[in-house]
Amino acid sequence: MKVDWTTFWPRIVESTGETVLMVIATLIFGSILGISIGLLLYVTRKGNILEKQWVFQTLNILINIIRPIPFIIFLVALSPITRAVVGSTIGTWAAIFPMTIAASFGIARIVENNLVGIDPGVVEAAKAMGASPFQIIFTVLIPEALGPLILGLTFVTISLIDFSAMAGTVGGGGLGHVAMTYGYQRFDGSVMLVTVVILIVLVQVAQWLGNTLSRKVMRR
Amino acid sequence: MIEFKQAVKTFRLGKREVTAVNDVSLSVAQGEIFGIIGFSGAGKSTLLRLVNMLERPTTGSIQVQGVDLATLSQKDLRKLRRRIGMIFQNFNLFSSRTVAGNVAYPLKLAGGAKKEVTARVAELLEFVGLSDKANDYPEQLSGGQKQRVGIARALATSPDILICDEATSALDPDTTADILRLLKKVNKELGITILLITHEMHVIQEICDRVAVMEDGEVIESGSVFDTFTNPQHPTTKRFIQSVQQDRPSNALLKEWRAKGGKKLYRVIFKGEVASDPVLSRLTQEFGVNFNIVYGSIRELQEKFFGNLLVSFDGDEHSVNLLIAALKETVEIEEVAVHEG
Repeated sequence: MKVDWTTFWPRIVESTGETVLMVIATLIFGSILGISIGLLLYVTRKGNILEKQWVFQTLNILINIIRPIPFIIFLVALSPITRAVVGSTIGTWAAIFPMTIAASFGIARIVENNLVGIDPGVVEAAKAMGASPFQIIFTVLIPEALGPLILGLTFVTISLIDFSAMAGTVGGGGLGHVAMTYGYQRFDGSVMLVTVVILIVLVQVAQWLGNTLSRKVMRR
Repeated sequence: MIEFKQAVKTFRLGKREVTAVNDVSLSVAQGEIFGIIGFSGAGKSTLLRLVNMLERPTTGSIQVQGVDLATLSQKDLRKLRRRIGMIFQNFNLFSSRTVAGNVAYPLKLAGGAKKEVTARVAELLEFVGLSDKANDYPEQLSGGQKQRVGIARALATSPDILICDEATSALDPDTTADILRLLKKVNKELGITILLITHEMHVIQEICDRVAVMEDGEVIESGSVFDTFTNPQHPTTKRFIQSVQQDRPSNALLKEWRAKGGKKLYRVIFKGEVASDPVLSRLTQEFGVNFNIVYGSIRELQEKFFGNLLVSFDGDEHSVNLLIAALKETVEIEEVAVHEG
């Protein structure tokens, strides 16, 4: 049974909205969490401003445990916690929770990698000028790494579009859900095509935004 | 102003323990430019970082303006750091901030009001001659300009002390001269005490009042630049001095001189006022001996004359010996050995 496109468009628009909501909400929560973990990872590293080996090692191992788990499995494995936190395992917000957790560990690694690239001399200079660790984080580390950080977050955003499609298959809604139920299970090629085109457009827009922003910050 | 008392700093490098600074006692007086020279790995960079506690001493103490740094809380230490400006070999400017933004940074840390910060930044950029670059980013500047920004930034909070970590080592000779002039101006016009480290003897020669020579974590020689240059004690010090003033011709040339029947060579050293007295001419006439200047130079060092000449004497042996004895009363004189091989 093919869909009736005269009545199906509102459904597509609604699903696109769900996908965009999932991605943006995850990006916001995941960035808050991920940037915090990434910063913590960096500052507690050996020789850095708040060196604490046990904190660093714990986070490091935790990230290495979470990150290799395929997202679709992570999603299912996390469902008891998702139910406890969100109250349900179905719906957009139930998808946002596991997406946020998975994304924040990825973001943490990206943040850490970009911070490691900062010239330690610059941090030393700030220290010599009397900056506190807190001031170093917010006035040196983040501004100095901002350009590559934006590119890293752009990369994450695109993975999130992918994640949201997966979340859609297990009741998260969004374009992934539409593509699976109408396009895949009912063999409707036109739905598949439309959703794929929309996803491609979303990716293009995200990448363009990220490039433009980072170029502005890095002045090149 | 700055006092190191038996300062020791050791690092763990894997299983090895490395002593970067070994029992250093030094004092830097208010208003002077004090230079620490040493080859790389001598421990001078670590020693410098003890002054603002970027490194903490393992044992011993460091006092700045009479305060033992070990007694300060983190908060007080940060306050103290605002009174000690620091500049670096690689400038360490914030690439995310403009020239003005870099200079404003320490003022913002200190909680300055926006209007005052802007005025102070303009004043500092004027002082280092970069007023027209205020809105440029560091990557648009040359090395010398970057170091000027570094200096302006270090001076922003009106420190009493400026510490310089190989501040000219990444610069070409002309730019080095510019930066050294600027540092001298900082010292003279603002009365800021400067402690610098370098591996270049000409930096010491050009701007320092006193010098300490470091090797393997220890200070092997220290004193006024004039005394150290004119009367170095330690072989390492002599090597540094030879790097800026070749005080003898090559051994090959000396051997050739000897082979051609050249007379014995003597090194005659004139310091300060002695240089204005025609002592060589007067005494050689008195003893009836001719002299021949073979090699050497008379230069200015710390605003004093310093002559270092190789001469040979032509006359009978007895008169020459008497002449040398007489010369010894006013100048330093010694025979120059020709190394075999």
